[in-house]
Amino acid sequence: MREGLKFAPMPSDSPAAGLPLEPPTPALPGRFALFVAFAKMSLAGFGGVLVFARRAIVDKHRWMTADEFNETFALCHFLPGPNIVNLSVVFGAQIRGLTGSIAAFLGLLAPPFLIVTTLAVLYAHFGDVPALRRVLNGVSCAAVGLLLAVTWRMMLPLLKRRDPIALVMLVVVFAAVGVLRWPLPQVLLATIPLSIGVTWLARRRRAT
Amino acid sequence: MTSIGALVSIALAFGWLSLFAVGGAAAAIPEIHRIAVDLNHWMTDTQFADAFAIAQLSPGPNVLIVSLVGYQVAGIAGALVATLAMCVPTAALAYTVSRLLTRAGDSPWPALVQAALVPLSIGLMAASGLVLAFAADGSIAAVVLTLAAAVLAAATSLNPVWLLVAGGILGLLGWI
Repeated sequence: MREGLKFAPMPSDSPAAGLPLEPPTPALPGRFALFVAFAKMSLAGFGGVLVFARRAIVDKHRWMTADEFNETFALCHFLPGPNIVNLSVVFGAQIRGLTGSIAAFLGLLAPPFLIVTTLAVLYAHFGDVPALRRVLNGVSCAAVGLLLAVTWRMMLPLLKRRDPIALVMLVVVFAAVGVLRWPLPQVLLATIPLSIGVTWLARRRRAT
Repeated sequence: MTSIGALVSIALAFGWLSLFAVGGAAAAIPEIHRIAVDLNHWMTDTQFADAFAIAQLSPGPNVLIVSLVGYQVAGIAGALVATLAMCVPTAALAYTVSRLLTRAGDSPWPALVQAALVPLSIGLMAASGLVLAFAADGSIAAVVLTLAAAVLAAATSLNPVWLLVAGGILGLLGWI
């Protein structure tokens, strides 16, 4: 189905770990089936859709092998934008071309968009009710905790490898964007070339 | 601001931001906060923290926090414009690249660039945590709840939804 993509395996946040599976069955889904499949994984996905996408595409429908999925996800993680949205578009394109892409994109986004917009309407009407205020305060504290936990899990492989370049780049970006509150585009325009440059130098030195 | 003007500024802000959303929606939160709270005063810190909480409570991709920001600015049209601006340009880019890359050969560059980007996106996620903690945690109890949720989520395989529900119950009881 696809060849030539050379992306390294993802760090531990990716759903890479899995049992080896038989090759996918050749019966590939139509556009409506793509829409329904992505709508289902999206609506199942509380706190992130990726795990459910992997389960549906690799384990349930066998539309891709685990390796194909990991390669596709690595590409989507490497490109800017919401990873899972990129994944829907790339996967849809591989199966059914441009219209397949659009079907998967709409399946992923339209149903949860309707839900979140409904919640926005309710919030606009009832956001100041004291009981709801207290609930939301508690939920947002816990939600921040979840984000910190995900960040920690992603950081672990870098800490274990004692990769000084990666850790310095991580701290620089954290300080610039999180502490100094500098604009993201400027920070990335400076740090992306820098990080690529030092990573390249380090690899070349290790190779010689 | 007229409503068309508001929609245009939402589209420009999020369309531009999406191109720099390296590492996905969670890594873009500091910039979304900067645009929505600091620069344009579309919402308060508390409203931003609420939007994050609501986005986490709802099913679907985390990027839908921008729908909530867009709704706050310009109603349902604002929600739609913010969501499309955040998703369509990068989706078009992903579509194009995936079509071109099917014959990339053995170039070492993609793997190198990816290795260089991973620490940047983790640094951005840590920055998101800090920005949101400042927006959400107004008391010692709130900080304790955030840290407890972080430790529980990192150390156990508990379903994250239960931690959100537990946070909501503690909040309702007036402990936060």
